[in-house]
Amino acid sequence: MWGSNARAAHPIFFHHLLKGVDAGARMWTVDPRRTTSARFADMWLGLNVGTDIALANGVGREIIHAGLVNTEFVENATEGYEGFAAHVEPWTLGRTAGVTGVPAEAIRDLAHGYASASTAQLIWTLGITEHHTAVDNVLALCNLALLTGHVGRWGSGLVPLRGQNNVQGGGDMGALPNKLPGFQDVADDDARTRLEGVWQATIPAEPGWHLTQMFEAMESDDLKAVWVIGENPADSEADANHAREMLGHLQHLVVQDVFMTRTAEMADVVLPAALGWVESDGTVTSSERRVQRTRAAVTPPGEARQEIDVIAEMAERMGAKWGRPTAEELWDELRSVSPMHGGMSWQRLEAEGGIQWPCPDEDHPGTPFLHGRLWKRPIDGRRAPFSCVDDHPPVDQLTDEFPLRLTTGRVLDSYNTGVQSGKFNSPIRSGDALELSTDDARSLGLVRGDRALVSSRRGSIEMTVAVDPDLPVGLAFTTFHFPEIADVNQLTSDAWDTSSGTSEFKAAAIRVEKLEVAPNA
Amino acid sequence: MNEVSVGEPHPLVELTIDGNSVKVPEGSTILSACRKEGIDTPTLCWASNLTPANVCRVCVVEVEGSRVLVPSCSRSVESGMVVSTDSERVRTSRRMVYELLASSVEMDRADASVRDWMEYYGVRPERMGRRDEIATVAQSPKVQDDLYVRDYERCILCYKCVQACGDDAQHTYAIATAGRGFSAHVSTESDVALPDSACVYCGNCIGVCPTGALVFRTEFDMRVDGTWDEDSQEVTTTVCAFCGVGCNLELHVQGDAIVKVTSPADHSVANGHLCIKGRFGWQHASG
Repeated sequence: MWGSNARAAHPIFFHHLLKGVDAGARMWTVDPRRTTSARFADMWLGLNVGTDIALANGVGREIIHAGLVNTEFVENATEGYEGFAAHVEPWTLGRTAGVTGVPAEAIRDLAHGYASASTAQLIWTLGITEHHTAVDNVLALCNLALLTGHVGRWGSGLVPLRGQNNVQGGGDMGALPNKLPGFQDVADDDARTRLEGVWQATIPAEPGWHLTQMFEAMESDDLKAVWVIGENPADSEADANHAREMLGHLQHLVVQDVFMTRTAEMADVVLPAALGWVESDGTVTSSERRVQRTRAAVTPPGEARQEIDVIAEMAERMGAKWGRPTAEELWDELRSVSPMHGGMSWQRLEAEGGIQWPCPDEDHPGTPFLHGRLWKRPIDGRRAPFSCVDDHPPVDQLTDEFPLRLTTGRVLDSYNTGVQSGKFNSPIRSGDALELSTDDARSLGLVRGDRALVSSRRGSIEMTVAVDPDLPVGLAFTTFHFPEIADVNQLTSDAWDTSSGTSEFKAAAIRVEKLEVAPNA
Repeated sequence: MNEVSVGEPHPLVELTIDGNSVKVPEGSTILSACRKEGIDTPTLCWASNLTPANVCRVCVVEVEGSRVLVPSCSRSVESGMVVSTDSERVRTSRRMVYELLASSVEMDRADASVRDWMEYYGVRPERMGRRDEIATVAQSPKVQDDLYVRDYERCILCYKCVQACGDDAQHTYAIATAGRGFSAHVSTESDVALPDSACVYCGNCIGVCPTGALVFRTEFDMRVDGTWDEDSQEVTTTVCAFCGVGCNLELHVQGDAIVKVTSPADHSVANGHLCIKGRFGWQHASG
């Protein structure tokens, strides 16, 4: 597990993982924090924040030097191995240990254990992707799977855990700036023409903007009006002060949401919406590409309306006659334009409790894992390329002025900006605390419960201090679930990965100062 | 390509149940063989998503050549085995188990199937003496937070909760049995209040409790108020919104409000279990 605290963020996935551990599987966790997941691992590799690529390159070199490369797989299914081997050659165990802070023996153990296992999985979450080197981090892990052949086989693979119940489905439906439904490219003339026929509309061949580019376009005044559906960027964006300033700068802001979020409060028009998973019929797609049905169980309150109705009525006012399609009718339209969903009839989704794409026809059982083609001889399709990637430290550098590294993440009982999880009274909720290592707390003269002023290059907020003996010296941790009491994203870094658009939430530089409480306060 | 290794098929074993010849895969339990044959068998401590704890003895059957009755939930089938599920000895034993349990524990909120079996076997717990004279019964429910109630007046010590909290699902180990004999009870470490214990409030213990000893606070409060009306509740299955794993939720709705959330044990994603968010994070959807 690399950059994932699934015990807290994906607890039921972790149940499955623990079945393997109970049955004798070995587990390593790679994470700057010694998380609750790490307590179940054979070994915890506590790397310095932002040194994932260095560690992966070091593991790769050790696999090569120990003669543990799956040469049959590398020769028949990959390309670029020689270049990769040369690229990682400088990453000796000693050098890797120096950069990452992980002991050489632990790196060696991970490399040998992973490469020697008959089946092995590399599991990651936002600890890999919320960096300015997000895509390179992922490629660095892919290299290890290619070296060892731990991909495309039952029990082996690359497992990015999705953080939301339909973030996979959103991408599948084409809610990406460069994709049509089913990951067909907008630049693909055939796909575009086919969809234009179905939709009776012209589709631009140029990709649109992703979220980070939209904020840049707001700043340059190229983007003047925004319709936000089910997102709370005023709280969830890194460098939140800047994001709020940009949203405030818009000529027109429409927010469609289930609650009056901070973003909704800024809007010119708020469209109250039904809650997807409990007030609406539809589908969501999970981390394992499993399309499942959501069903309305209760009536939406007040004037809240089904999202389909809101969008269809908006279309009507713009002059398009979409009628009021049911969820099933929309799904059937998707099946007609997205080949990988073609075999998933509404009836099958009901009867089978979910189907994993691709599922091209009604006789297809769905696909439990991808990339099996890499094991066909000769290989079916193009070879999988090794990537030569280098580590680059976090953009927000540590200095005497900002000496501590702040990383953010989820805790077990809460979710994102708390819009949905803040309403139940959890007995284990610890709130907005800034967690410090024992040594850092001591040197700052702080104890649990003290108030502190926490500052980054972008903002300052007051927080309550907690001490976590499992944190390494120099690292601070907090959640971002309680923006109303601790507006953590005022601190986080909006340096972003140019390939994915993801901000570097995991690596801010901060300063912590004790706040003296007046004796009678 | 999508080739999945499923290993060697299990050879079939032939046995006799209630006079009928039955073939089931090697390693099956007698209970699963009975269910395959459509022979209904009561259980209390057994659940499809837990390892058999083997303690309640309500699923016992008679096996020819065996001196004692055997628990069908955990005994594997053997070739040539001759099993009786409805002999006088089996009926008497099952009735006695229910009578002994119900003589010291309130069974009025047990699962409907449990109450049906008790009626079927003509259970008369009063034969064992007056329940209120038995020391272990009289306890006030432990109401220590807004999510759980532990009403140990209804606990039969079936260990399901301990297993769901431990090796079989959650691996949190917040509860275990403490004490011996009549003092045996399920407890947190040093009997601390639940919020101070290792508990992470997944509610998986409540999910497997067969007698209503562990209950959601919503249900407990509604029962106290006299508004709990299971017959009017509708159950709708949907997908949890709090991460990308895709756990199915069964929303129990009464009067257009969610009153309880469970998880289908036969769905491969969550196997009947959930986390605190899936189990309790629905308040924003009710008014």
